[in-house]
Amino acid sequence: MSEWMRVCPLEEIPRLGSRVVQTGKGDIAVFRNGLDEVFALRDQCPHKGGPLSQGIVFDRKVTCPLHSLTVQLDSGEAVAPDEGCTQRYRARVDKGEVYLNIS
Amino acid sequence: MTTRKKTRLVVIGNGMAGMRTLEELLKLAPDMYDITVFGAEPHGNYNRILLSPVLAGEMTIKDIMLNDVDWYAQNGITLHLNKKVTQIDRVRRKVIAGDGTEADYDRLLLATGSNPFMLPVPGKDLPGVVSYRDIKDTDEMIEAASRYRHAVVIGGGLLGLEAANGLRLRGMDVTVVHLMPWLMERQLDRTAAGLLQQSLEAKGLKFLLEKQTAELIAGESGRVCAIKFKDGETLSADLVVMAVGIRPNTELAETASLYCNRGVVVNDTMQTYDPRIYAVGECVSHRGIAYGLVAPLFEQAKVCANHLAQLGISRYTGSVTSTKLKVTGIDLFSAGDFIGGEGTEEIVLSDPSGGVYKKLVVKDDKIVGGVLYGDTAEGSWYFQLLRDGQNIRELRGRLMSGQSHLGNSGHQGQNNAASMPDEMEVCGCNGVCKGTIVKAIKEKGLFTLEEVRKHTKASSSCGSCTGLVEQILASTIGGAYQPVDASRKPLCGCTDYTHEEIRKAIVERKLKSIPEAMGFFEWRNVNGCASCRPALNYYLLCAWPHDYQDDPQSRFINERAHANIQKDGSYSVIPRIYGGVTTPEQLKRIAEVAEKYAVPTVKLTGGQRIDLLGVKKEDLPKVWADLDMPSGFAYGKSIRTVKTCVGSEWCRFGVQDSTNLGIALEKALDRMWAPHKVKLAVSGCPRNCAEATIKDVGIVGVDSGWEIYVAGNGGIKAEVSLFLVKVKSAEEVMEYASAFIQLYREEARYLDRTVHWVQRVGMDYVKKRIVADAAGRKALHERLADALRDEKDPWQERVRGVEAQEFVPIRL
Repeated sequence: MSEWMRVCPLEEIPRLGSRVVQTGKGDIAVFRNGLDEVFALRDQCPHKGGPLSQGIVFDRKVTCPLHSLTVQLDSGEAVAPDEGCTQRYRARVDKGEVYLNIS
Repeated sequence: MTTRKKTRLVVIGNGMAGMRTLEELLKLAPDMYDITVFGAEPHGNYNRILLSPVLAGEMTIKDIMLNDVDWYAQNGITLHLNKKVTQIDRVRRKVIAGDGTEADYDRLLLATGSNPFMLPVPGKDLPGVVSYRDIKDTDEMIEAASRYRHAVVIGGGLLGLEAANGLRLRGMDVTVVHLMPWLMERQLDRTAAGLLQQSLEAKGLKFLLEKQTAELIAGESGRVCAIKFKDGETLSADLVVMAVGIRPNTELAETASLYCNRGVVVNDTMQTYDPRIYAVGECVSHRGIAYGLVAPLFEQAKVCANHLAQLGISRYTGSVTSTKLKVTGIDLFSAGDFIGGEGTEEIVLSDPSGGVYKKLVVKDDKIVGGVLYGDTAEGSWYFQLLRDGQNIRELRGRLMSGQSHLGNSGHQGQNNAASMPDEMEVCGCNGVCKGTIVKAIKEKGLFTLEEVRKHTKASSSCGSCTGLVEQILASTIGGAYQPVDASRKPLCGCTDYTHEEIRKAIVERKLKSIPEAMGFFEWRNVNGCASCRPALNYYLLCAWPHDYQDDPQSRFINERAHANIQKDGSYSVIPRIYGGVTTPEQLKRIAEVAEKYAVPTVKLTGGQRIDLLGVKKEDLPKVWADLDMPSGFAYGKSIRTVKTCVGSEWCRFGVQDSTNLGIALEKALDRMWAPHKVKLAVSGCPRNCAEATIKDVGIVGVDSGWEIYVAGNGGIKAEVSLFLVKVKSAEEVMEYASAFIQLYREEARYLDRTVHWVQRVGMDYVKKRIVADAAGRKALHERLADALRDEKDPWQERVRGVEAQEFVPIRL
């Protein structure tokens, strides 16, 4: 039984950018970094709920557009000294297609 | 797999300078070295400058630990506590401690600090005679305070007074003995020292000035019982604290035959005469100066770490230091040449009964030093002006009243941190109280404004309370506080190069993309960060308006979505309405759009525009299509608005046609990106209904022409704009205004408003470039017009389908 859902071709997510994926579990931000790795986080900053999908992406991090809290893409945790964590989901690329697992 | 053996770094001295160097090094090159640290004391690294509050009973030893033993373990550092290194074998490259412990090194760092100087008088070794240097001394003083009554502190300098104050608070009867005619003569002039002495006397301290110690006398128990002076007088003393100065601890370096001359002599990269051996801190003599305050040591640490990390791009060229006394309730600040002499002048405010004395020493229109007593609120501002060597001619009139009196908003008009209670809010944006900031500084060992911002968020949003936060930092850590050097500001943590260096190279080396620029300057992080990417994007765009391919992913979301993100993730839409003049037809269209998309809030803005708030991101392109109006750029570091009054067309007072000039200016500057937002206003008479004197460029019509003002600001900190020039015609206004804006675009740092930039470069410079140099002005004016000639309207572009996926969510 496959819980992986196809999202879109990789090139439809801008490099160092993201797309918002609307799911039954709410909005999920799917990021693509400079190395073409993909990550998925609940689209809500642990600080004041800002949409992380709209932030600036670098390395494996994204900076929230509302108050500049930086969140680690691979763990969902805020970068120290800030504290907080947002839900992380599994995401992967297979043959140029991005897949998401929210189970 | 073979692993290459790491280079071995041994550090002798487990104090603030040595550990700061390691912290800086670990940031730059976490895996380069195998590190071993030797410390003579049995503790981890603690904040020595906070020993005074410990003595005073305001803090505990636990509060002042900077690096506990776990920190060393977490960073893979081998730590030898309680082991004093007694020998350096430079031939075999190893150090040997007193207990026989050995460590081999490839690089060695000496951070042996300093020793207190003990007066060579009979009785100096008696029990009850202590220096004031480390935890052991502090413990001994605390212990003595619980058992004895009479304390004598020899030395009326910074350290002596802090010791005396602490002992007094612990209930002892304290006399300070000082050789010189007034206290703290190396930091204070006679007047300030007199005020200081008065308030210390009010706290119960006694003073004997111009007294020379001859001998310390033992009592029956063998402990010190009295002090005898050269003039034959004596005074009871159960505890004598010697605080007459420190001497660089060079003993070990000298036995290793390293060149020492009142300190271990180092060059600008903190290397001794043996280039494998570095030295930092109080043990060092750099260009003939040995520093005893913490701030210079941190600057040395930074340079040393940079060199150890083999980056080799930074040099230490010496420090200007400032002093603050850490005695609760006493505000005192001193920096530079506070006495003055040939060719200097003094600006003095003296109010002895109000307990305030401020003196600035000025030479050639620059501050060279100063003393503040009673009101040190402006200390960090003056010190910044001193360090940056800024010309203060235009500031003279308001130097004494200071910066913080000028309309800062957001913290109840407070401008003196010392008088604020702990529970009072300092940062109105993030709701941070004074007590929270003080607690974080103490518990987390913070030294810089940037660190305080990161840990507490105070002053990290609008920045209006920066001055207050700096004051709190300065009064909590005293002399260790050093304002950042504004004249040399690295772009961000990804590089050590400055904004100016990077802008210059972009032009000269013809760098035309972000990766090229990052590659050229060897950026530490491959993708940079959220601070440097937008800056680089702007610098490239400004340098190569027609060649540069704008990078949307390096823009803040507002400039990527061409709308203003709101707290709930929705956006606001503000169409361009040139000069604030609209038509019934436009208004109808805006109303229809607002109804069609169920826009929750329609509001008039401060810049005479109409704001549709609460638009969903995916609706933005449709809203723009229906509006069929140009983007108002109300979301960008860009031209915002030109505000106008009705002017001579309607107004019975109007002498100039401000409305049409405003419209012409807004059209000329349309679609212009800038280091920060740019706001203009045009008023048709000196009644100035368009409030032109708080704008980046403000034009005021007078009967005979137009006055042009620049670098005003109406936001966080109200700044009245400065007069640039008066011209006769609207055409001249267009030329001067756009030349000024282009100069700002080409030379300011990203996120500088015009006011910040002009305050740094000076109005003289701006006048020279814009008013005096007619050819230069015309060239600037033309460059701006050329840069904007092929900028397209971003809304219409997106209506046509550009960047479509930015606005479309994926539905699963």
